[in-house]
Amino acid sequence: MPSEWPLWEIFIRGQHGLNHRHVGSLHAPDAEMAIRHARDVYTRRNEGVSIWVVKANDITASAPSEKGPLFDPSNSKVYRHPTFYDIPDEVGHM
Amino acid sequence: MPSLPDMTTPNLSELAGKALAESGHVTVPAPDAGQEQFSEWLQRMGDNALILGHRASEWCGHAPALEEDIALANQALDLIGQCQLWLGLAAEVEAKGGDADRLAYLRDAGAFRNLLLVELPNGDFGMTLMRQFLFDAFHHTLLLALKTSSDSRVADIAAKAEKEVAYHLERSADLVIRLGDGTAESHNRMQAALTKLWSYTGEMFADDAVDQAMADAGIAPLPSTLKAAWEKTVTAVLDEATLVPPASAWQHGITGSGGGKKGVHTEHLGYILAEMQFLQRAYPGARW
Repeated sequence: MPSEWPLWEIFIRGQHGLNHRHVGSLHAPDAEMAIRHARDVYTRRNEGVSIWVVKANDITASAPSEKGPLFDPSNSKVYRHPTFYDIPDEVGHM
Repeated sequence: MPSLPDMTTPNLSELAGKALAESGHVTVPAPDAGQEQFSEWLQRMGDNALILGHRASEWCGHAPALEEDIALANQALDLIGQCQLWLGLAAEVEAKGGDADRLAYLRDAGAFRNLLLVELPNGDFGMTLMRQFLFDAFHHTLLLALKTSSDSRVADIAAKAEKEVAYHLERSADLVIRLGDGTAESHNRMQAALTKLWSYTGEMFADDAVDQAMADAGIAPLPSTLKAAWEKTVTAVLDEATLVPPASAWQHGITGSGGGKKGVHTEHLGYILAEMQFLQRAYPGARW
């Protein structure tokens, strides 16, 4: 058994209808304990109605060094934003 | 760092306010339950929460993991919050012009009515958890019964506290199982804790005249009637944790003149009070 507990990323849904939001991370030996710990660490002030926990190791992230190739090409393509249409007034806010 | 009031449960002050507002036109307990006995019983409830809460708070900054540290501090705050409600009501019933603070800060050890179990030193983390579990199982059964108390103020406090204590029990039972059925080291520590603490469990279920008066008035169940439910919970958890209680143990606080409910405590309570009451004793009426 490893002496260090693995790291878990914690997601909390503030109220029904909203998305779960990443609120932070903590250590716990397994998922069940991670939820208990998340309850005690992150929902003390009535912040949540639902908790998700994900092992930090199980998250695959994009590499910061690849930021250029991944995101820069879309900088010059303003036509991808739907800003060239006239929206009738009666449609209201979109 | 949040200010202290933020750390208590959200509806605590609301509930306290409600209890205060209702104090003018309350459901007065049946006349045969003397107010003095009622206040005595309320102090037992409040003192158990206060002293165990203080013990749990002693781990703040010292627990084996940050997450456990926060969980224990949360639990300590839950218990202190419950203590405010019980002792607030006790002071009101007593009607000597005091409040919860006077009861908490200005009584001497002999006037405290908590069980011996909750005042014992924390020991190692296993000992703290085992004590918490043995008490939680009793506390939860008791609060469930109090939700239907004939006194609406008692029922209100119990309804709020029961939710908190249900979580305390879930947590402590889970940890007792994990550590009892864990490594050889954790198993041995949990077994040692159980063996040591077992002789302090009998006091929880010993009835006396105050308990009888409360039961007659429908305010609270007789402690002895809670034992079967407690044993069921405890046996199931200990079995899963591969821990074995001593076959028979002399029980503190039942026979003889000792016992927390009678105000005859272990030497440990005085040290708790010395720390807890110092400020109010040294600077009477100090506020901040």
